[in-house]
Formats: sequence, C-alpha cells, structure tokens
Amino acid sequence: MNHHLVLRVIAKFLLPFILVFALYVQWHGDYGPGGGFQAGVIFAVGFILYALVFGVEAVKKLIPVRATVGLMSAGVLIYAGTGIASLILGYDFLDYSGFGSDPVHGQEWGILIVELGVGIAVAGAMVAIFTAFASRAPEIEDKDW
Amino acid sequence: MNEIAVDIVLLALLAATAIAIARLRNLFAVAMLASVFSLLAAGLFVSLDAVDVAFTEAAVGGGISTVLMLGALALTTREEKKASRPTWVPLLLCAVTGAALIYGTLDMPRFGAADAPAQQHVAPDYIARAMPETGVPNIVTAVLASYRGYDTLGETTVIFAAATAVLLLLGFGRRKRGKERE
Repeated sequence: MNHHLVLRVIAKFLLPFILVFALYVQWHGDYGPGGGFQAGVIFAVGFILYALVFGVEAVKKLIPVRATVGLMSAGVLIYAGTGIASLILGYDFLDYSGFGSDPVHGQEWGILIVELGVGIAVAGAMVAIFTAFASRAPEIEDKDW
Repeated sequence: MNEIAVDIVLLALLAATAIAIARLRNLFAVAMLASVFSLLAAGLFVSLDAVDVAFTEAAVGGGISTVLMLGALALTTREEKKASRPTWVPLLLCAVTGAALIYGTLDMPRFGAADAPAQQHVAPDYIARAMPETGVPNIVTAVLASYRGYDTLGETTVIFAAATAVLLLLGFGRRKRGKERE
C-alpha cells in the first residue's frame, strides 16, 4: 500500500485516537456502555489498522507474536487470579467483597480488575488471530480484490 | 412514532442487505455487506436501548469479523461456486423455520411491557441491588463482571481457546514467502 498516501497519513492520524478511545471504553465501562470486551476489540483494531496500511511485518515489529500470546494468556490469568485472590481472602470464588475497605469498594475494585483482564485477553487474542491469518497470505495487489 | 419509522427503515435495509448477501457470488462484496448488516443490527439494538450489545455488535460484527473474513478470503478463492444441487429444499427449510419463528412471536408480550416475564424475574432484583451492593451505575457491567462473573470468566476462556486454536492451525507464517516485500 506504499502509494496510498492519503490512507497512510489518515491511518497514522487516527491511531492515537483509536487507542485512547479504547482506554476510555475500558475504564469508563462502569459508568457508560462498554467494558473490557469492547475496549479490547477497539484496542486490537488500532493494531489491525496499522497492519492493513503498513503491512503485517510492521505490526510484528511493533508487538512481537510472542507478546500477543502472552497478553491473551495474561488476561485470562488476571481474571482467574482475581477469583483465587478472593478465595484466599476468605470469600467465595469471584466475590470481590474483600478487596476494599468495605464490600462495596471491594466490588468496584474487583469489577475494574476483572474487566482489565477481559480487555487484555481480548486485545491479545484479536491481534494474534489477525496476525495468524495475515501472515499466511502473500501480499495482495490492489487489483486482485 | 419517530422510533417506529427508524425501526422500519433499519429493518427494510437489513432485509435488503440479507437478500443481497444471499444473491451475490463475489465473496469480497459479501464480506463487506455482512459488515453493513452488523452495523444496521447495531443501529436496531440502539433503538431497543441495548447500547452495550450495540457497541459489541458494531465493534465485533462490523469491525473485527469483517477483517478476519477478508483475511480468510485472502487464503482462499474470491468467488462462490455455483450450487450443484437444486436450492429449493434449503429455501423451503428456511421458509418453514422462518414461519415457525414468526408464529412463535405471536404469543410474546409487547416490547417493553411491564408484566413481561423478563421484567419480573431477576431484573427488578438486579436493578434494586446493583447500585447499593457494587457501587457501579452501569447495571450491565455489574451483572456481567460481578453477579455473573463465572459466565464472563467462561467467555474470556472461550476467546482464549479460540485464538489458541487458530494459532495452532495457522501458525505465524514461519513458511517462507515466494515474494518478499522490499
């Protein structure tokens, strides 16, 4: 896509907004629509847009394949780990009441951490799946579509 | 009144998109129309006040899955093969199933009816408990991450498993390419 100057410029211009919007959706999920799943997808879309315009190899340099696998594992581990931590604190599995000074505060913390786990897992998984697909296909010329 | 007009327009566009998807043979166009379909569905969800679902539909159905479809298309052919068998059996099956589903909706309560079973079972309980118990104003988030934390853990694990399966099947392109980019 080297000759698509407009696409390249606009993509670079859009990237920070996409990533910041993903973070907004992640942390604002308690108050508005959204949450970890949507945030993870939007965050991954930032990388996928970069890959579509600048090529898969550029994204692989940016975030190595091993890192995406690590992220998706880490996300699930954060979620399950929250459950284990609540067990250790003497509550039921995934009952976050023990995380704060009082149960309500604990619930807020628990939901925040669990949503972060979902976001990291989804973002890692989506980038990994896309990279796997895109790495198989040779670069396609515009006219081939 | 305005809402009904919006719903009718969205549903009409949805039906037109579905027919176009069924008729087209070019899979690139089909993938793009599927993305349009998801976007229209997201619009319908907004009109039904299900913003969280609409958000997911727009991001996943309209965005990611289209990109993944295109990625899969790049690995295979761009044209759908002509069906070798007559298509009237599946058509009849679809028509009968559709008619049965529409027949099923006749008994359903009106949308948003206060005495509908969905509004009387656990929903009032969640609405009453969510804010004092979790301090999270978005009840959807409270139910998803706290009351139904098990389910969401399962969903996250499913995504993890799906990604792992794709990686095991496709790998990360260790195969040497015929033509390297400059």
